[in-house]
Amino acid sequence: MAVTREAMLEQADQPSASLRLTAQEIVWAVLVVAGSLYAGLFYSASMDGYEMVILAGSALALIAWGRYWSPVRPLSVVVTVLVLLALWRYGDDYGLRQRDFWLKYFLESQAAFMWMSTLYVLATVTYFVALFSRSVFIGKTATALTWSATVMGLTGLLVRWRESYLLGADIGHIPVSNLYEVFILFALITALLYLFYEDRHRTRAMGGFALLAISGAVAFLLWYTFDRQAHHIQPLIPALQSYWMKIHVPANFIGYGAFALAAMLGVAYLLRQRAEARHPDGLLATVLPSLVLLDDVMYKAIALGFAAFTIATILGALWAAEAWGGYWSWDPKETWALIVWLNYAAWLHLRLSKGLRGAPMAWWAVIGLFVTLFAFLGVNMFLSGLHSYGTL
Amino acid sequence: MNDNTASKPVTRRTLAWVLLELLGSMNLAITLLVVVAVASVIGTVLQQNQPYPDYVLKFGPFWFEVFRRLGLYDVYGAGWFIGILAFLILSTSVCIYRQAPLLWRDMTRFRTGVQLRSLHGFHQQAEWHLAGCEPEKVRAELTGLLAARGYRWRLRTGDDHQVLAAMKGRYSRLGYLFTHVAVVVIGIGGLLDGNLWLKLKEWRGELRIETRDLPAGRIPPESRLAPGAVPAFRGNVMLPEGSAANFVFLRMRDGFLLQELPFAIELKDFQVAYYDTGQPKSFISQVLIHDQEQLGEQPLEATIRVNHPLVYRGYAIYQSDFGDGGSRLELRAWPLNSGHLEPSEARGAVGETLRVGGSTGGAMALELDDFRLFNLMPEPDAQPGERKFRNFGPSVGFKLRDAAGSAREYLNYMAPVQLEGRWFYISGMRDRPGAPFIYLHIPADPANSPQRFLRFNARLRDSAGLRALLEPPAVAVEDEFRRDLNRVRLNLVELFARGGFTAVTEQAKAVVPPERLKEATTLYMNILRDALAEVFVAVLREEGVNVEQAIGEREDAFFNDAVGAIAALPAYGSPFYLQMTGFQQVEASGLQVTRSSGSTVVYGGFLLLVIGVFIMFYTSQRRLWAWLAIEPTGIRMLLAGTGNRRQAEFAREFNELAAALARRLGPPEPEPVAPDAVHSSTRIGKRQ
Ligand code: HEM
Repeated sequence: MAVTREAMLEQADQPSASLRLTAQEIVWAVLVVAGSLYAGLFYSASMDGYEMVILAGSALALIAWGRYWSPVRPLSVVVTVLVLLALWRYGDDYGLRQRDFWLKYFLESQAAFMWMSTLYVLATVTYFVALFSRSVFIGKTATALTWSATVMGLTGLLVRWRESYLLGADIGHIPVSNLYEVFILFALITALLYLFYEDRHRTRAMGGFALLAISGAVAFLLWYTFDRQAHHIQPLIPALQSYWMKIHVPANFIGYGAFALAAMLGVAYLLRQRAEARHPDGLLATVLPSLVLLDDVMYKAIALGFAAFTIATILGALWAAEAWGGYWSWDPKETWALIVWLNYAAWLHLRLSKGLRGAPMAWWAVIGLFVTLFAFLGVNMFLSGLHSYGTL
Repeated sequence: MNDNTASKPVTRRTLAWVLLELLGSMNLAITLLVVVAVASVIGTVLQQNQPYPDYVLKFGPFWFEVFRRLGLYDVYGAGWFIGILAFLILSTSVCIYRQAPLLWRDMTRFRTGVQLRSLHGFHQQAEWHLAGCEPEKVRAELTGLLAARGYRWRLRTGDDHQVLAAMKGRYSRLGYLFTHVAVVVIGIGGLLDGNLWLKLKEWRGELRIETRDLPAGRIPPESRLAPGAVPAFRGNVMLPEGSAANFVFLRMRDGFLLQELPFAIELKDFQVAYYDTGQPKSFISQVLIHDQEQLGEQPLEATIRVNHPLVYRGYAIYQSDFGDGGSRLELRAWPLNSGHLEPSEARGAVGETLRVGGSTGGAMALELDDFRLFNLMPEPDAQPGERKFRNFGPSVGFKLRDAAGSAREYLNYMAPVQLEGRWFYISGMRDRPGAPFIYLHIPADPANSPQRFLRFNARLRDSAGLRALLEPPAVAVEDEFRRDLNRVRLNLVELFARGGFTAVTEQAKAVVPPERLKEATTLYMNILRDALAEVFVAVLREEGVNVEQAIGEREDAFFNDAVGAIAALPAYGSPFYLQMTGFQQVEASGLQVTRSSGSTVVYGGFLLLVIGVFIMFYTSQRRLWAWLAIEPTGIRMLLAGTGNRRQAEFAREFNELAAALARRLGPPEPEPVAPDAVHSSTRIGKRQ
């Protein structure tokens, strides 16, 4: 029986955000569940109950994330394939990272991070070229570079996780345990956040600015690697041997990444505003992203960062209750997390209550980055406390 | 009169209202958020709760006192800081109190009484002119679409119009409520868990902070807290292996309080596990809980590790620290400023004080402070930038206190350490607490002992022996020049032994005119070196080393190192070198015991906060109105809507709805579209 026109219309009238699953989404969910089950069974000996819960939670989150934003699916698949390739090349011999061609030049964590670093820097430049040349093709190239860098970084982190176990069963741990590792995490999360907004707002104009923050992180990372030899995998000190680390640290870095992104958009906002005032028809005033867009994404990034940071700080408090005997000790790192949180709470109120927009909010977002940066780096460098997390 | 009585309550209400207005205002909220943030910085920049003498040292007596009065040594417990926090909580409460009724109205009312005028002011709107159409039919189409999108609605019928008011996502409003109630709840819970109770007791005179260094048993009752006296505390106790305690110490400002526990904790065993690299892997305390009341005779056995506390009767016991529990040490003191190398043997436990004879007759106190089995330190021979660690082995830390009470601190390693290919016994010294250690490097002899150095050193201080060696009587008679030279040699060696190279240059300064000083110093140094070498050769000869052939490279290096070490002895300041010859380690575990009755409240607040924040950011309340004006020619319908937050998403939904409606009712009225509105997603029926 032919489908009537009425029925077709009826279908078109259904709200777009429905709960119906497409075939692709079902395949996605099945893949994630299968992968997690396999991992859970295969590594069950080295996981405790909490970690099983975290694994299950991560699987659900990945399914939801892949549904909400479909590029997550190919990203996960490609990274999984690369990681499996690396694990296969490694077998049980950590020494192979120097000898095996594929490991040495592509998949070994250090090599992967070098690829990541190179690609992010290239992407930054390419985004700016695309911006000023208004070339769609170059813009697409920049996006592709950013995705490739993210793939390599994520692969590197996951491979490093395995490498730590190859070094010694008691040394193995998730690679979010020191300043070096979390800087990579920071770059990845900031990139993913940016790519999300790029996709949702269908514009690449913000790319150069977002990637500038990442290039900054890459510069730090390279200095940290070559000058301080910080890339060696170190065993975990007792205070960090906790399942809390697996969730507390990534949550924190969603916050840091989002705040960094907001600050870079704030920079773009101020540039554009200034350009519009001086040369309304100049190149800058026309190629930079529009003020409305920047303001909107800046708000969204800060809101997301605030939500993530709220969770991260709470997780930190719960962890502290378990490790140090109290959920709050006014330790410098904790206190600075509170300062960052209060700072953005004030930002959100100001925007909401006064309907304040424009330069002051952009300036505040930029200054916010320095506050955030101090919480994340400065505290480790200049202040002492219970967070023996990493010093330079 | 009437006027007066009537007006009075009015003014009063106004005053209260103004206060309420101020307290609940957003400006105050923003200001307070920033003020708390800035105030919090202080405590992170200035290290908190350090011993008071450290602050005096750092700031001098005047600023120490100023900062003490400002409460800067415990900012987060200071009255003014807690005051600001309390103010923030109060302000948030008032804000909730004032917002709650509005919120309730917003959640429950459909606003059917909306004016057509206000509808025209909305961002999202579309208008239809429907000729010959029944309102019932239009409404049915509309409600069908609204229902599919999860809207609920109310209808109001006027004389010439009908209003359909719909809304969804009203619970989005709860986001505000949850978030802000959570802030209040967490704040109150946190204050309850702070040291407010102790402050209160102190203020009421029930409690006095003990600042003397007393053993637990002698702490007076006014500095003790019975179990349950306060609902929240955080205390510490250091337990040596094999001992037990039923109390913990609470650090307060420059002193402490003793909190009694309703049970006793006995430390059976404490262990540190290490990685292959030597870094600590875990700290593990095996404890027994003794509790007659609850457990009877049978103690509870438990293991406490970092990140794995024991919770017992509402008290949480954590692994927080470790130290020495009175390790028994065997020591040998080698005199450093005597010509006789007679070592004296001693035994002592960490924590004890031994009496030793000082060099200048006065007795000195040797306080054994610390013993460490492992000393993992950055590799001294590492390339720049390389991160390597080395275990320097067991060490003893002690203080030497003279009769006047001033003390120097020492840190001696038991085993020799290899540096740049040579072996040394290392001893660190500092004359100020907290200052970096200055190290004395005593070269180890081929038998891996410090004895050759010590013999050499003793030899330099043995006047008779020195004279016999450097000033042989036979020479003295024969040759005047030789005799003078010998006297100078002797003199220089003695000077050097007493005051190092500085004494030699001082001497040169005293006897030589300035213009010849440099030349003379070089000459002195050469003579001194030769003389020292001669003594050294004598020491080697006594040892049975064959010195008739040229002295080997190893001996040469040893000589240089030994001379360097002897030159450093005057600054080292100890009359003897303390060698640790044996030990029996007794470890102590630092446990932290806490009670925080407010934690459930706080955790509840956390949950509310997370839920609230997500509702607030990621849900939105949306309202739609359809105003059906019933006109002779048919129906004129205005569809308008508004949403709080997530404007773009709402615009998309509105457009979909309007498009669906257009498919059923025909296209809406065309609207002039402003050129700059094209990029906006509200393309249908946008009104400027
Ligand atoms: C530590 C204290 C506080 C925190 C952490 C906090 C947090 C927040 C957050 C995250 C938002 C959402 C902002 C947005 O969506 O952009 C918000 C909204 C709001 N806050 Fe606060 N707030 C605090 C104190 C206060 C106080 C004292 C007031 C009293 C004036 C207040 C009034 C409001 C109001 C009226 C809203 C808007 C709610 C809405 O429209 O849905 N807040 N708050």
